Amino acid sequence: MDQQTKDLINNEITNSAVCLFMKGTPDAPQCGFSMAISNMLKILEVNFKGVNVLENQSLREGIKEFSDWPTIPQLYIKKEFVGGCDIVKEMYENGELKKFLEDKEISFKK
Amino acid sequence: MAMNLKDIEKHIKEGLPDAIVKIEDLAGDGNHYSATVTSKEFSGKSKIEQHKMVYNSLKGKMGNELHALAIKTKE
Repeated sequence: MDQQTKDLINNEITNSAVCLFMKGTPDAPQCGFSMAISNMLKILEVNFKGVNVLENQSLREGIKEFSDWPTIPQLYIKKEFVGGCDIVKEMYENGELKKFLEDKEISFKK
Repeated sequence: MAMNLKDIEKHIKEGLPDAIVKIEDLAGDGNHYSATVTSKEFSGKSKIEQHKMVYNSLKGKMGNELHALAIKTKE
């Protein structure tokens, strides 16, 4: 991964407390898995930034290397990699996601 | 290029020999699967680490030949 891509990722996860690397945008997701996480965050009324990896091929590949995770979407909260769709969905369903947001002092609908 | 169900199961079992693997072809298109993997190896590991172990057993096929594999891990 080139330095420019690394810097871009670091900037995104530093500037947005909740940052979702996804295919498409929160309003127009291009993949069901990206849509799923986006919708969960919307239901919880979490303020998040969606970063569309389809607009940047080096970001699309770079984020996989950065997180050592082979798939997209990828959710970052306070610079910490939380997981992909399956993990976030499981956390959403068992209440761990709310607890995690609380611990990280992110506001959401209780 | 798609992978068939048996190949996915074989790879996961090679990576995690004690695993009980249940795979479903979600859309019937040979491209969207779900895998439920139960292994003692997951004990004491975070969900991220557990899923990475499954991804590692697929040796780089995830995200390439294998487009969509929903993973659920159990200890």
